[in-house]
Amino acid sequence: MNGAVWEATYNRRLAPSVQPMSPSSTPALVVDNLRKTYSNGVEALKGISLTVQPGDFFALLGPNGAGKSTLIGILSSLVNATSGDAQIFGVSVNKQRGKAMQLIGLVPQEINFNQFEKPFDICVNEAGFYGIPRKIAAERAEKYLKELRLWDKAQHQARMLSGGMKRRLMIARAMMNEPKLLILDEPTAGVDIEIRRSMWQFVSGINAAGTTVILTTHYLEEAETLCRNIAIIDHGTIVENTSMKRLLSSLDVETFVLDVNHLPAELPSIHGISLRRVDDHTVEAEMSRSHDLNSLFAGLSERGVTVTSMRNKTNRLEELFVRLVEHGRQDQGRKDTSEKAA
Amino acid sequence: MNAAGNLVALHTIVRREIVRIMRIWTQTLIPPAITMTLYFVIFGKLIGSRIGEMHGFTYMQYIVPGLVMMSIITNSYGNISSSFFGAKFSRAVEEMLVSPMPNWVMLLGYVIGAVTRGLVVGALVLLIALFFTDLHVAHPVITFLSVLLGATVFSLAGFVNAVFAKKFDDIALVPTFVLTPLTYLGGVFYSVDLLGQPWRSISMVNPILYMVNAFRYGVLGVSDVQIGVAFAVMLVFVIGLAAVALHLLKRGVGMRS
Repeated sequence: MNGAVWEATYNRRLAPSVQPMSPSSTPALVVDNLRKTYSNGVEALKGISLTVQPGDFFALLGPNGAGKSTLIGILSSLVNATSGDAQIFGVSVNKQRGKAMQLIGLVPQEINFNQFEKPFDICVNEAGFYGIPRKIAAERAEKYLKELRLWDKAQHQARMLSGGMKRRLMIARAMMNEPKLLILDEPTAGVDIEIRRSMWQFVSGINAAGTTVILTTHYLEEAETLCRNIAIIDHGTIVENTSMKRLLSSLDVETFVLDVNHLPAELPSIHGISLRRVDDHTVEAEMSRSHDLNSLFAGLSERGVTVTSMRNKTNRLEELFVRLVEHGRQDQGRKDTSEKAA
Repeated sequence: MNAAGNLVALHTIVRREIVRIMRIWTQTLIPPAITMTLYFVIFGKLIGSRIGEMHGFTYMQYIVPGLVMMSIITNSYGNISSSFFGAKFSRAVEEMLVSPMPNWVMLLGYVIGAVTRGLVVGALVLLIALFFTDLHVAHPVITFLSVLLGATVFSLAGFVNAVFAKKFDDIALVPTFVLTPLTYLGGVFYSVDLLGQPWRSISMVNPILYMVNAFRYGVLGVSDVQIGVAFAVMLVFVIGLAAVALHLLKRGVGMRS
C-alpha cells in the first residue's frame, strides 16, 4: 500500500473522533471490580467498580495516595491489575490492549516526554506510535499546538518551555490520536489561573465536540465548574459516585466568613446559627442552607455589630469532599479497631 | 494495529533514533573514530611493524577487521542501552507503552537504530583504516551478514541491559566488566591459534570470537573458527536474546508496575 492510499484509507477508517458523536449505548468506561496490590503489599485499589457514560465530563477526585493514579495507570495499561477488568467503549484493556489504547488519550501527572525533542516532533512521533501517517500527524500537530497556543514554540527544545507550556504540550500530544476518551491526571497542577482557564476552555471544547473526559484534580472549583458527574475515591474504594448537581445539593450546611466593625466580648446567640470568633473583626457563621440570612444580620445588628462584607468560607465541593473523606476515614478507623478487638 | 500502522510506528522509532544519533554526533560518531585511529597508530603501525605477519597478512591488516567489529559491537550496545534507558529514566518510554504499538515493533525499531549506528561507525573506522593499509574484501556477502548479525546480537543484549537498569551506572557496568574483556579476549588483536590449552578452549565460549572471525573471514578470507559455526552461534544469540527481550517487554519488567 503506498503512502497516499494508506492515508486515504486511514482517514476513512479512523476519522477524527472529535466530531460530534451520535448517542451510543456503550459506556465510555466500565471498571469492573478492579483490584491492585503492589509487590510491596500496598493495596491501592480494593475492588472498585465505576461506569462513565459517553460524552460525559467526569471528575475523579481523592486525596493523595487514594488510588486515582493507579486506576488511571491500569486504564492506560501502565499498571497491571491484580484482578478485575476495565472496558473502554466495550473493549477490554486486559484482552484487547492495542484496540483499547487506540481509544484513549492520556495526559499524565508527571512530565513524560523527551525534553531534548521539539514539541512538534514530540506530537508527530506520538501519532506515529499510533500508526498515524506522518502527513496527517504533521497537520494535527500544527492544529493542536496552535489551539493550545504553543505553535510559536513548536521548533524549540521542550526543556525550554515553562511548566504551563509543558502541561499544554502533553494535552496536545494526547490529542494526536484524537481519542474518544481523554484522561487528564491533574493537568493544571502548578499552572497559573490564566493558563488554567485557557486549558479548561480547550478541554471543554473537546468535550462539547463529543470526546468523553475524565479529570482528576486537586482544584475542586475546577471539577465543580467543568464536570457533570463525579466519583470520590479514598483508600482504594469509591466513597461517592453521583452527579455533581446531586452531590452539591446534598450539602445542607454552609459556613460564611463575615468582616465586622467590632465584635463584643460575648458572641450573640442566634437560633440555628453557630458563631465562632476568628478575631475582633471577623466571625464565622455556620448555618443550615434552609436558614435565612436575615436572622443572622438581625441578631448581629441587635448587639450593635455592623457587617462590612461576607463570603463563603470554602468552595461547596471542597466542603463535601473533606466531609466524605473524613467520614470514610472514621469508618475505616472504627473497622480497624473492631478487627483488632476481635 | 494493522501492518501499515505497524510500519508507520516502526519508521517513527527508527527515524527518532537516527535523528538522536545525528543530533549528538560528537558523542556517537566521533569518539569511536578517534579511539580506533589511536589503535591503528599504536598497535598497527608502531607495535605491529615489529610483530611481523599473521596468517599471511601484516599485523595492521590482521587487526583491522577485529577493530571494526569491536567498534560495531560497542556502539550498537551503547546506543540502545543509553537510548532506551534514557527513555525509561525520563519516562518518555510511557509514550510508547500507552500506545497500541506491539512490543515487537518497539524492539525492532530500537534494534534497527542501534544497528544503524554500529554500521555507520564501522564504516567510518574502515575508512580510517584505509589510510593505514590496503584492504580487499574477500567475501562481501559474509562480510555484510557478519556485521549485521554481530550488531544485532549486541543491540539486543544492550536492550536487555537497559530494561533491567535502574540507574545510569547499571548501563556502564556491563560494557566495562563484561563487554570490554570479552572483546579484548575475542581475537581482535591475535589469533587464538597462538594460545595454549586451556586458554584456547576457554576462548571458544566467547561469542565475540565468532563474530570477529566471521568478519575477518569476510574481509581477509582467514578465520580461527569454522564460518558455519560462527554464523550458527550468532543466530542462536539473536533468537535467544530477542525472545528474552520480548518476554521482558510483555511482562513490563522495569516499565509497568
